[in-house]
Amino acid sequence: MSEERKLTEDQKKQYYELLYEMQAVDFILVELTLYLDTHPHDHKAINQYNECVQKSMALKNKFQSMFGPMYHFGNSYSTYPWTWDSAPWPWQV
Amino acid sequence: MWIYEKKLQYPVRVSKCDPRMAKFLIEQYGGADGELAAALRYLNQRYTVPDKVIGLLNDIGTEELAHLEMIATMVYKLTKDATPDQLMEAGLGAHYANHDKALFYHNAAGVPWTASYIQAKGDPIADLYEDIAAEEKARATYQWLINMTDDVDLKDSLSFLREREIIHSQRFREAVEIIKADQQQKKIF
Repeated sequence: MSEERKLTEDQKKQYYELLYEMQAVDFILVELTLYLDTHPHDHKAINQYNECVQKSMALKNKFQSMFGPMYHFGNSYSTYPWTWDSAPWPWQV
Repeated sequence: MWIYEKKLQYPVRVSKCDPRMAKFLIEQYGGADGELAAALRYLNQRYTVPDKVIGLLNDIGTEELAHLEMIATMVYKLTKDATPDQLMEAGLGAHYANHDKALFYHNAAGVPWTASYIQAKGDPIADLYEDIAAEEKARATYQWLINMTDDVDLKDSLSFLREREIIHSQRFREAVEIIKADQQQKKIF
């Protein structure tokens, strides 16, 4: 049974800020993915996509180093003990 | 294969406990024009559409699952602190008797989700026009839901979802043109 970590006020602030930033850049990535699915030759869009990928990965690395894994099935590393299944889950945030 | 990312696509905040609104929001969870219907419709159609549009159906279908999660989060947050009396007053008595506060795939009237809500004709034009219609219906439903609440936070998340439906509709319309262009080309020997 995993338990929710207690965060300091400052950590909580960073949690929400980083989460919001990730949601913002990942939204662009979803939007560009759908656009590129029907416009595969848009060079500019592909460059923008890759720039956002880089930004997204940087944010995720930062978030995960502070708050634990965002992905399962080998798409994140795990520290000890296993915390993938710790609260909060997205509907609890 | 699906990977799960442990965050919502867009934040969901609610200003107060409001089971009355939750009852209406469930329309987009288990209803005919809701996110489950959308996700399953597109993810099922993608097996037999032409290669050029498989990606779009795959990706929009996947995004709809993320929207399903957002609706679930709204319902969860709006009902988690409600008493049985509050739930009954809000018209969720029948739901509570069966499910407590668990979510379930039914519409606002309590009608359970059914595969009859979706179709896959095997004809890409038929499939894509159904998809465009589905997106327009979902967009309209979000507009009605936005009209039904004063909660500014909830309106914000619902507006996001409504905007996504507009974009999805646009992409499906483009996919129709791609299919038509392809079909034209094939006629030229």
